[in-house]
Amino acid sequence: MKLLTHNLLSSKSLKGVKVGYPLRIVAKDVKISECEFNKEFVKKIIPKLDWKVFVNAAVEIGQTSDLSDELIEDYEDDDDYLKKVHHLLMEVEIINGELICPETDRVFPISAGIPNLLLNENEVS
Amino acid sequence: MSRPEHLAPPEIFYNDDEARKYTQNSRMINIQLEMAERCMELLMLPEDETCLLLDLGCGSGLSGSIAEDSGHIWFGMDISGSMLKVAKEREVEGDLLLADIGDGVPFQPGTFDGAYSVSTLQWLCNADKSSHKPAKRLYTLFSTLLACLNRNARAVFQFYPENVHQTDLVVSQARKAGFFGGLLVDFPDSSKAKKYFLVLMTGGAMPMPPALGTENSQINYTSKREKMTKGRASKLVKKSREWILEKKERRRRQGRTTREDTKYTGRSRSGRF
Ligand SMILES: C[S@@+](CC[C@H](N)C(=O)[O-])C[C@H]1O[C@@H](n2cnc3c(N)ncnc32)[C@H](O)[C@@H]1O
Repeated sequence: MKLLTHNLLSSKSLKGVKVGYPLRIVAKDVKISECEFNKEFVKKIIPKLDWKVFVNAAVEIGQTSDLSDELIEDYEDDDDYLKKVHHLLMEVEIINGELICPETDRVFPISAGIPNLLLNENEVS
Repeated sequence: MSRPEHLAPPEIFYNDDEARKYTQNSRMINIQLEMAERCMELLMLPEDETCLLLDLGCGSGLSGSIAEDSGHIWFGMDISGSMLKVAKEREVEGDLLLADIGDGVPFQPGTFDGAYSVSTLQWLCNADKSSHKPAKRLYTLFSTLLACLNRNARAVFQFYPENVHQTDLVVSQARKAGFFGGLLVDFPDSSKAKKYFLVLMTGGAMPMPPALGTENSQINYTSKREKMTKGRASKLVKKSREWILEKKERRRRQGRTTREDTKYTGRSRSGRF
């Protein structure tokens, strides 16, 4: 699972959960899989992200970066900056670990790179 | 023909065996790819822009490979761990989630530029557990999907309705959830080529796109497909070594048979034969 997915995902399918965002992450294995830098896409996706959640998630899974809590203003013309965002967002993958609902502490295991979001019958709203 | 959705729940039917068989049958692969291409066309995405798309019931990632070919980024949801395992083995680019789309699509508002689904929606018309109510599950899917789509984004589902009752059910739940649009039937007069698409639109009632193979639409399916294929391969010079390698790589990912790359790949022949 990429941090891009984490940034856009919630646990609001769970019965009784209002926002379910952001999901906490426990990362046991993290892998870097390189992929092509698509500058236009990174520029387009940045305004959709919850920036603080993104920066925190990177720290939570042990990725060091010099991205600060505030998005810089002129990121559109800053290739180095966009490449850093691309790397953390698209290339860092959580292979094994857990996603945890912030409201109920329900754990969704991640294995072989795939989060298991299947619900039990009594958890469906 | 017996319907798989009558045999077992999807997570049981699509076990390791079936997932492997599914992704080795080249005739079937081609049908899935063709339907995914048609979905992509019906999404009417902005040209020359990388979009973020959602594949509902992505299976082994065949439909996702069409999104990749068109230069888009996708996430896939599927209820079968076995199908997703095959998708991982095929090294699809999309990020995968094991989830039941009938329980809802749990993404943040405005996440996706479009959503598509190939050969999956009919599964939701069946009740696999005593707690399953198809109408309610469809409504949950559509209402949560609508919430995570961008303004003006579309959602297109190719599916195999069993009867009129099912098409009515699907269309009425989508409308109730707040979507505009409806059913599109390509080649309605051909028992073999006939295909059902649920075309859903946000942000206002728009005219439905024309169906293929009907008298009032004179669009020829193959010529349209050729045009699409041309459009997306045009990033690299056609017939260049790079172009061929990229194309072969794509075919491999799609599980089609492809010759090995050699140092001769993409060289021009001497003309002696
Ligand atoms: C015929 S396959 C199509 C796979 C892929 N879209 C393609 O075109 O190759 C149907 C897929 O729908 C999935 N499916 C069925 N019901 C589902 C549900 N409730 N939630 C998520 N996926 C489901 C199955 O696991 C299976 O992978």
